[in-house]
Amino acid sequence: MNITVTIVLFLFLCIIFAVGFWASKSVQTSESFLQEYFLGGRQLGGFILAMTMTATYGSASSFIGGPGLAYNQGLGWVLLAMSQVVTGYFVLMVLGKRFAIIARKYNAITLIDFLKVRYNNNKWVVLLGAFTIVVFLFSAMAAQWVGGARLIESLTGLSYTSALFLFAIAVLVYVVIGGFKAVALTDTVQGVVMFFGTLILLIATIIAGGGVNNIMEDLVRLNPNMITPYGANGDLSPAYVSSFWILVGVGVVGLPHVTVRAMSYKSSKAMHRAIIIGTIVVGVIMLNMHLVGVFAKPILPNIDNADMVMPTIAQHVLPPWLAGIVLAAPMAAIMSTVDSLLLIVSSAIVKDVYINYVNPSATNEKIKKLSFGVTATLGILVFLFALQPPELLIWLNLYAFGGLEAAFIWPVVLGLYWSKGNQYGAIASMVTGIVSYVVVDVFYSSSLPVHPVVLPVVLTFVVYVLVSLSTNPKQAHL
Amino acid sequence: MKQPKDRRFAIANREARIGVVLAIIHFIWWFGFAYGLGGENPGEYTYILGFPAWFFYSCIVGFVIIVLLVVACVKWIFVDVPLDEEGEQR
Repeated sequence: MNITVTIVLFLFLCIIFAVGFWASKSVQTSESFLQEYFLGGRQLGGFILAMTMTATYGSASSFIGGPGLAYNQGLGWVLLAMSQVVTGYFVLMVLGKRFAIIARKYNAITLIDFLKVRYNNNKWVVLLGAFTIVVFLFSAMAAQWVGGARLIESLTGLSYTSALFLFAIAVLVYVVIGGFKAVALTDTVQGVVMFFGTLILLIATIIAGGGVNNIMEDLVRLNPNMITPYGANGDLSPAYVSSFWILVGVGVVGLPHVTVRAMSYKSSKAMHRAIIIGTIVVGVIMLNMHLVGVFAKPILPNIDNADMVMPTIAQHVLPPWLAGIVLAAPMAAIMSTVDSLLLIVSSAIVKDVYINYVNPSATNEKIKKLSFGVTATLGILVFLFALQPPELLIWLNLYAFGGLEAAFIWPVVLGLYWSKGNQYGAIASMVTGIVSYVVVDVFYSSSLPVHPVVLPVVLTFVVYVLVSLSTNPKQAHL
Repeated sequence: MKQPKDRRFAIANREARIGVVLAIIHFIWWFGFAYGLGGENPGEYTYILGFPAWFFYSCIVGFVIIVLLVVACVKWIFVDVPLDEEGEQR
């Protein structure tokens, strides 16, 4: 469609590619391949940690789906989106130093490694956990790839298939060869692009709309509900909006691709810096991005496809070269999420299943080949799935994350802080989490006043505690 | 699971509690201003810097305040500890 936008986007992909390639050097020279490839050798500094955490949360849903929903719902959706600010400090504070210290002591490289040692090497904890990660994150990944390809398609005019191919190549190469460090470094570049991209776009949109006062008056003229917390049709209830504090706020503590980052930092200083930087960055990005969606409404009131709000407004209010840079932001958001997902799914297969149960004595060289091979194969599989794109990007994405949160939140958090929690509690809680989430979502979601994730999270807590207590031998140790 | 009597865990536990308390304060602020001020008829809203007051206090001021609280907690309460095994012997 627009040649300047296309060139700038292409340049952005080249830069990401170069950064990922450069980062891959340390994988080639590392002594301990697994730790380096899946965890970056536990050497992340504060800034990179903050950026990789933020960029990993901020996915296609917040950059494409989010502004689209804000465009249709008004300020109520911005309010909802701001529930994500809590993730900036909550995950690192709550998992905190305890998780970092214990992960080192256990020599854990993945979240499952931590659960394995914590729950007495129970096979079912490991297999169930790995299975959950593979199934849910694989589907989340497919949704994100669809988002990435649609974005490239709409911006460049390439066919969906070639756009998907371009996207797949861009992500696959650096993740496969570079592992975690390449992911973290490219996330950092992508996070910086997201931060400044959304800032520039917000400012340009406010100017195009004639200032905030003017935009608000226009919104009231269109539909006064747009400036209330209740959404355009008044259907966003306080209970529903608040329940997103669990889904995209505190519940994020149970997402494996997020928790693994909480064991990747090099020192407590790095963690302190990351808490501050992460909170600021996630708040600024979420506020800007969703406000852009709302402010776009009076400027361009007739965008039918909600996913096109962000690309359309960017090309409307910015000169083409700057629109190209700003539109690299949603690209960046998608890439920085899928790269982490790809690596975490690969680690579940290689580290959690293969090395634990198939071939514990595999040589370093063999593990290395296998890791590259599995990561590449997964990428190709996702590509094939994404060729037949599933609908409703944001909900598919949220469905997977909700399922993972329901499965992992209590085995991780209570496993860390409650010594009486045991493997039976963990298994029961994981099974309950997944099953009840699917049941609630499929059968009861329309009759519930809150997001379907809330019930499973409460239920799994009860199940974890009751099962742990009832299977605990009497001499409870403290 | 045996939990070692480690000075670092006492620090870590306190910091985790701070995280929970901050999240609760954050939620109350966010919820209180949004639905406390935003519940009335939009025709009667007051505006600050162009934004409806509920949104300005809940999402913009609320964000700034939580950042300040986070910075204050990290600077004044959080303690640097070594994360690896040698840390236990100190």
